Amino acid sequence: MSLLLVLPVIIPLFTAILALLCWRHINVQRGIAVVGASCLMVAAVTLLLTISDRGIQCVQVSNWQAPFGITLVADLFGAVMVVLAATSLLAVTVYSLGSVGRALEAVGYYPLIHVMVAGICGAFLTGDVFNLYVCFEVTLVSSFVLMAMGGERQQIEGAIKYVTLNLMASAIFLAAIGLLYGVAGTLNMADLATVLANEPRQTLVNSIAMLFMVGFGIKAAVFPLFFWLPASYHTPNVAITTLFAALLTKVGVYALIRFFTLIFVGDTGLTHTVLLVLAGLTMITGVLGAVAQTEFRRLLSFHIISQIGYLLLGLGLLTHFSLAAVVYFMGHVIIAKTALLLLSGVTQRISGTSELKELGGFYKESPLLSVVFLVPALSLAGIPPLSGFWAKFAVVKASLEAEQYVMVVAALAVGLFTLYYMLNVWAEVFWKDRPVDHPVVAKAPLVMWGPMVAMGILTLGISFGVDPLFQLANRAAFQLIDRQEYIRAVLGGAL
Amino acid sequence: METILAIVIGGLYGTGLYLMMRRSMVKLVLGLALLAHAANLLIFVGGRLVRGVPPLVANGAIAPPDGSADPLPQALVLTAIVIGFGVQAFLLVLLKRGYTLMRTDDLDDMRTTET
Amino acid sequence: MNSLILSTATRLLLPLMLLYSVFLLIRGHNEPGGGFVGGLVAASAIALIKFSSGLERARAALRFDPITLVGTGLLFAFASGLLPLVAGMPFLTALWWDQKIPVLLKAGTPVLFDLGVYVLVVGVVLTMIFALSEE
Repeated sequence: MSLLLVLPVIIPLFTAILALLCWRHINVQRGIAVVGASCLMVAAVTLLLTISDRGIQCVQVSNWQAPFGITLVADLFGAVMVVLAATSLLAVTVYSLGSVGRALEAVGYYPLIHVMVAGICGAFLTGDVFNLYVCFEVTLVSSFVLMAMGGERQQIEGAIKYVTLNLMASAIFLAAIGLLYGVAGTLNMADLATVLANEPRQTLVNSIAMLFMVGFGIKAAVFPLFFWLPASYHTPNVAITTLFAALLTKVGVYALIRFFTLIFVGDTGLTHTVLLVLAGLTMITGVLGAVAQTEFRRLLSFHIISQIGYLLLGLGLLTHFSLAAVVYFMGHVIIAKTALLLLSGVTQRISGTSELKELGGFYKESPLLSVVFLVPALSLAGIPPLSGFWAKFAVVKASLEAEQYVMVVAALAVGLFTLYYMLNVWAEVFWKDRPVDHPVVAKAPLVMWGPMVAMGILTLGISFGVDPLFQLANRAAFQLIDRQEYIRAVLGGAL
Repeated sequence: METILAIVIGGLYGTGLYLMMRRSMVKLVLGLALLAHAANLLIFVGGRLVRGVPPLVANGAIAPPDGSADPLPQALVLTAIVIGFGVQAFLLVLLKRGYTLMRTDDLDDMRTTET
Repeated sequence: MNSLILSTATRLLLPLMLLYSVFLLIRGHNEPGGGFVGGLVAASAIALIKFSSGLERARAALRFDPITLVGTGLLFAFASGLLPLVAGMPFLTALWWDQKIPVLLKAGTPVLFDLGVYVLVVGVVLTMIFALSEE
């Protein structure tokens, strides 16, 4: 058991170390990366099955008892996130074999993506606030390098914005940790939950909660702190963008969910109302930004932001059902988004451009590609019976139950706009004829098709398997809303 | 002591933010570094200040003396400093790379990725 | 930069600095010191060669690619975390060997971890310095 919990962190780390030691042998690195990602996948699924079977599990790293040492905790939500991270890593690693190219592979692409995922998995599993900070930094530093990799002008510019905003977020996060420790005298999440419940200085706690909200909000690209995302996400290689889009902002959302279901629930009238307002504004600005875009990946970047809004909406409502919706939504958005971004890479490879105006003719040339686009695109727009419909249906239903009618209207309108621009992409990229001055320049290799089609099929899978999956989400939400199980698992008999 | 440090922290935050809002990239890097220092100092003060009682367990005792300093914030600050060290080194490389590529230090000239 | 004073001084300082870095590493068990500062001192020794006789000489003096050092250091630290797993304890638990050893005094997985940090820091710092000084 102890081993299973640390595996999602040490497998990618070990993969990265091995790949580093084979610095000059790119083919060996490729092999190591794929094997490492597959092992992580197996470990993640095993972890999820075990947690689903036996309830929340925890490990005291270094054998120091909680709340003094660092605790790793896996509840269902964390385990689901680890599985999603492993899935995107595996898809992207295989895809990278065809899409990244020697120039990036020679400067440590594979070690970096694995270190990044080690940090991400660590963030999903840690039960300690400061350890969360360290995991965030591990993730960030590797993402900085990935963002700037290749060193073209656009990338460096994108990287400067990305790095600055994220470092500010880290500084705010760090300051919040300092103040939190000053107030509570502990940084173990479960311990914090119990200590803050009896804390009389609620105003002080609220200020700290807001600092955390700003810090995580920047990382999660929440309104009004999202500007770095569309200014940088389209600049690196597609494989890197995909991994970022699938996982990085989601780590921020994960941290928000963890903190605002476990630790800061003393004054939900204030904190969660703010979250609701932010959710609505994030959805709307994201979708309006996307409508205005003429470049494929930039459009998808804005789309990430609007989806973050839905996730926050579920968190802001803070009911059992709304959290279940968030967990299912998370799975849906990570998988469908990965499929779409991988597809944008394939069209870019074939046409040599990602401007919507210059693309075209794919419906005639490749019906398979059209299907692979339609499934995740319509799913993200919320067309039944695809996964996005169920996810949005659940979020809207939760808002109706909570009588947040403004949010219902916003969520539905955003869905409508999403459909509009997805169809716009369909018309530009697939339906219209290929512009004569932009002929086909290359063929996309099989390793790029494989993961893309697989993610498309997975989108169908989570659409038709909605019943068991939503039940799983339901149980995960139950663990989130009823904090006692988490606290008991970590602190055990210490209470 | 807390009051003085609070003023110092405020000063660091203020200077850091001021530098970040300048147009020069070098100042941006310096500003970020100051911001990180301010946060570190804040953690240090947040863990309450004690003078002259190090948290060392005497021979034969099982706990450090009463009223001893809390070692945890210092461990946290140490970790944060090391992380900050790495990040700032990366920033310098980025700065150099950016300068050789764009021949400018002015952040206002870096708008090609904006929407 | 060609300075006779610097290159002569470097020749004298180099062994001293390397020795001091090892001293710091070993001292780190119970007193101020440790792998991180030790690694920094060793890295600055190599950096001194870079300043006095150029990048190529520094690379030659290091013998290994700094990236390999990063990998090796991580591997050491990682192994020190894995050993307790083999013994059935949680990841990263400190295991100490009972026997006293000359010089080291105590041996155990934290020593291995510290050694890993030392090698890693040398690798990382030199990777950065070399990258910054390449034109």
